[in-house]
Amino acid sequence: MTFEYAPAPESRSVVDIDASYGLFINGEFVDPFDGQHFKTINPATEEVLSEVAEAGQADVDAAVAAARRAYDKTWSKMSGKDRAKYIFRMARLIQERSRELAVLETLDNGKPIRESRDVDLPLVAAHFFYHAGWADKLEFAGYGPNPKPLGVAAQVIPWNFPLLMLAWKIAPALACGNTVVLKPAETTPLTALAFADICQQADLPPGVVNIVTGAGDTGRMLVEHPDVNKVAFTGSTEVGKAIQRAVAGTNKKLTLELGGKAANIVFDDAPIDQAIEGIVNGIYFNQGHVCCAGSRLLLQESIADEAIDSLKRRLQTLRLGDPLDKNTDIGAINSSMQLAKIEELTQSGEDEGAERWSPECPIPDKGFWFPPTVFTNVTQAHRIAREEIFGPVLSVLTFRTPEEAVEKANNTPFGLSTGIWTEKGSRILWMANKVRSGIVWANTFNRFDPTSPFGGYKESGFGREGGVQGLGAYLHVEDPS
Amino acid sequence: MNLLPTRPLTDTSNSGLKAFLHGLPGVDAVGLEARAATLATRSIKNESKAWAIDTAISMVDLTTLEGMDTPGKVKAMCAKALHPDPTDNSCPSVAAVCVYGDLVTTAREAVGDRLHVAAVATAFPSGRASMDVKLMDTKQAVADGADEIDMVIDRGAFLSGNYSKVYDEIAAIKEACGDAHLKVILETGELKTYDNVRRASWLAMEAGADFIKTSTGKVSPAATLPVTLLMLEAVRDFETKTGTKVGVKAAGGIKTSKDAIRYLVVVNETVGEAWLNPDLFRFGASSLLNDLLLQRQRMSTGHYSGPDYVTID
Amino acid sequence: MSRVDVRKTHKLFIGGAFPRSESGRTYEVTDAKGEFIANVAQASRKDARDAVLAARTAFAKWSTATAYNRGQVLYRIAEVMEGRREQLVHDVAQAEGLSSRKAAQQVDASIDRWVWYAGWADKYAQAIGNTNPVAGPFFNFSIPEATGVVAAVAPQDRSILGLTSVIAPIVMTGNAVIVMPSPSAPIPAITLAECLATSDVPGGVVNILTGAPAEVMPWLAEHADVNALDLTGIVDEAVAADLERQAAGTVKRVRQAKPHANWDATPTLSRIRSFTEIKTVWHPLGL
Repeated sequence: MTFEYAPAPESRSVVDIDASYGLFINGEFVDPFDGQHFKTINPATEEVLSEVAEAGQADVDAAVAAARRAYDKTWSKMSGKDRAKYIFRMARLIQERSRELAVLETLDNGKPIRESRDVDLPLVAAHFFYHAGWADKLEFAGYGPNPKPLGVAAQVIPWNFPLLMLAWKIAPALACGNTVVLKPAETTPLTALAFADICQQADLPPGVVNIVTGAGDTGRMLVEHPDVNKVAFTGSTEVGKAIQRAVAGTNKKLTLELGGKAANIVFDDAPIDQAIEGIVNGIYFNQGHVCCAGSRLLLQESIADEAIDSLKRRLQTLRLGDPLDKNTDIGAINSSMQLAKIEELTQSGEDEGAERWSPECPIPDKGFWFPPTVFTNVTQAHRIAREEIFGPVLSVLTFRTPEEAVEKANNTPFGLSTGIWTEKGSRILWMANKVRSGIVWANTFNRFDPTSPFGGYKESGFGREGGVQGLGAYLHVEDPS
Repeated sequence: MNLLPTRPLTDTSNSGLKAFLHGLPGVDAVGLEARAATLATRSIKNESKAWAIDTAISMVDLTTLEGMDTPGKVKAMCAKALHPDPTDNSCPSVAAVCVYGDLVTTAREAVGDRLHVAAVATAFPSGRASMDVKLMDTKQAVADGADEIDMVIDRGAFLSGNYSKVYDEIAAIKEACGDAHLKVILETGELKTYDNVRRASWLAMEAGADFIKTSTGKVSPAATLPVTLLMLEAVRDFETKTGTKVGVKAAGGIKTSKDAIRYLVVVNETVGEAWLNPDLFRFGASSLLNDLLLQRQRMSTGHYSGPDYVTID
Repeated sequence: MSRVDVRKTHKLFIGGAFPRSESGRTYEVTDAKGEFIANVAQASRKDARDAVLAARTAFAKWSTATAYNRGQVLYRIAEVMEGRREQLVHDVAQAEGLSSRKAAQQVDASIDRWVWYAGWADKYAQAIGNTNPVAGPFFNFSIPEATGVVAAVAPQDRSILGLTSVIAPIVMTGNAVIVMPSPSAPIPAITLAECLATSDVPGGVVNILTGAPAEVMPWLAEHADVNALDLTGIVDEAVAADLERQAAGTVKRVRQAKPHANWDATPTLSRIRSFTEIKTVWHPLGL
């Protein structure tokens, strides 16, 4: 008799989704000027969840104007102590409504409820909590005795961790005294709109936070708006470059958090069972929709075959299916567009001669799904070793020596994160020193904390989010030279 | 080179054992505990929960190991072991009763051939006695009718690096068991580090253990989810190497059905269905049984039950 | 007929509970006009001994709680105090002979100070710790750790703000504290204890001994299981000097008396530094 897990669905009844949402501008939900809306669906079932407004130029102008007014008249005049209290309120409200927000995130994004409940939401609350405490302590942050905010921040975020990416943007901006206009991704607008409700519950002064929903055009209008002082973007490297071009020659401060193709390096003396978990977590967590995903597994050649066998054995217990089921490990791919990209790149892996393997995985009829996949016999020249797939696809390469591992890890235009698995401390530190990536995870992977700065080298972007270093993106320091 | 041992262990001198054991892969404690915590989030409901409860009941070694144990106490426990729920005949019986060596005769008389009788032996729980005494303890229990022996390893010898003493003792006790099955208690709460637990697991298996067991239940912490996960990984790797399946017994500190079900999830996702039966997985427990019965009653009646509806022994 | 009120018994706060003094003693507390308010427990050396035990036990877990968790607990203290604002305002006004408005200012400032310190819990390590670029292939970092058990004397004036300003930095950094509030105005401290007892603060992290610092502090100054002294509220210089000398017996860290400080000003990092130890770790970098 086998131990089959009966369905264990989290109830949807904890969240109320409106049929239609407006834009959140100046503390209220308003209709878009030209009345356009678009639908957002549940990628696990393709059911329509709601329709949200498509912000046009007039809407973006109104949002920026509201942010400017709030900055000039209220937020920049408010003491750090009072700003802190508003942000603390928001943190507490998020904690109180965590279950509701987690279910909403899972419905709109497709990620397993266990992840949104146990990873996303606690981090969201923690980000607001951490940054609230900086609002009245900026003189201690190493930016001089009197650092000032920049003004109005335009923030564009991706669909992979919708509410968490919102927290990473809004919390430090507000703590440092800026006001914001944020555009969530077009496939995942709902938790940002729920956050707008939280802003109302917190009695946040109108205009301090504005949420404009829309797609690429809305984002472009927002970052190109002349009355914006700061642009913060997380998303693809391609769009990041376009934004960098767009703000060139202006006074807008810019931070970018872009793609990655992280090397997860496993040495022959790694704590192997935990390394296997780290590999799995590195690429299959969040369906691989993670910029810092450990998508290139670099195995020391002497243990490669054994490790691959252990990895394949482990992948057999991954459960793919209904994201609202508490036992699901792998949820839905966020959109049909993303699924097509993953399929194209995976096909190229086969075409270029790598060996493809997936565990047996029943796929639901409706929705967008991709089974966890491993490619072995991959080399640096393969597309699947160079291009970001942003899906649950692992490419396995080998190395012989630590120096070779470093060379291969660095041999990419990206530089967001690196994983190192070995029991030898001095080697961890030596490698951490040599790899050109903004994050190094040793004997762990995909760990995030609001106190810990996150950001990339090279084409993975510039600027850091989180920690003391992350505050710098939202402050203006008088600089004589 | 290999991550895990592949060739048979032939050099059982202390230096040979040391090289073998110290060559095993290390364990990252944070990673191990995180994996156990994630497995603990599995939500087991409805028919799978009912199955898990019945399976857990059938895996219980119902235990009494107190200085004040009497024949009366043992007989009452044996009656409960055979028919745990007097209101429901469909309830499975447990796997075994577990007693001190001098009460084996009483236990065997009470259960006949219907249950296993496990005796603790080798100067349980401390293990601090001469080899002769430990052998006598074992042989007497087997002669009295125990078909399972739960021995303790010499933790002092292990922690001072005297691996061959530990190995030789296990091998000798195994021989003294005859046809009886040998469970080797590692006493993980005294081994302290996960690296030690991995090493002790391999040592015991190489020396002939049929089961490796976490704890005596007399030291805290006793069984924990991470330590049991680790032992299951060792058992999995041992089977890959030798083809032999060794069982795992989690003992001490497992009080609720929720706990027990978590252990079954860990077994399921580490070594798979082959271990999900009393021949390869056991719970060493006393109060756990009643909580399993309460949950069983809740599942069949639909309402929460209470302590008046299960027997105290 | 107006309602006959139920009057409170004011006890010590040790290990999360409210025991009377083992000595059975109490002393009279009067308001600013000399009118009787209540009999308050008068702590003895044995109460101090028990408090140290409670603090040491609590320290083991409190110092290893995550910084985030400690911050949450301190913020909760502020939440609970905010809920009891009226009671605190009444107690402070009565104790110090202040108008309601002035008492409210002090209470609000105290609540805001708990919030300020709550926000430091997950940051001070970033402000006072660092990596050190040593000349060699070594990774070297310095981190602040909690000192341990601290015995403190709260200021005589500003019954709630002074007390808060002394104990908040001590517990925020993971220490456990035994504090003696102002003997003439102890009741706000006891109300604060009630807030602490309902705020997820583990028992023993804060212990409040009402009574005479001159009698009890020497026992704490000599106690071998107390790691540091905060003599802020000692007014008599000779008494302060004596306590400093006694502290030398076990090389305790001492923060000297400053009975008349400006409690309204935003604090610096000084009190955070006073009750943390810097640990520096070296590790080679190599293949």
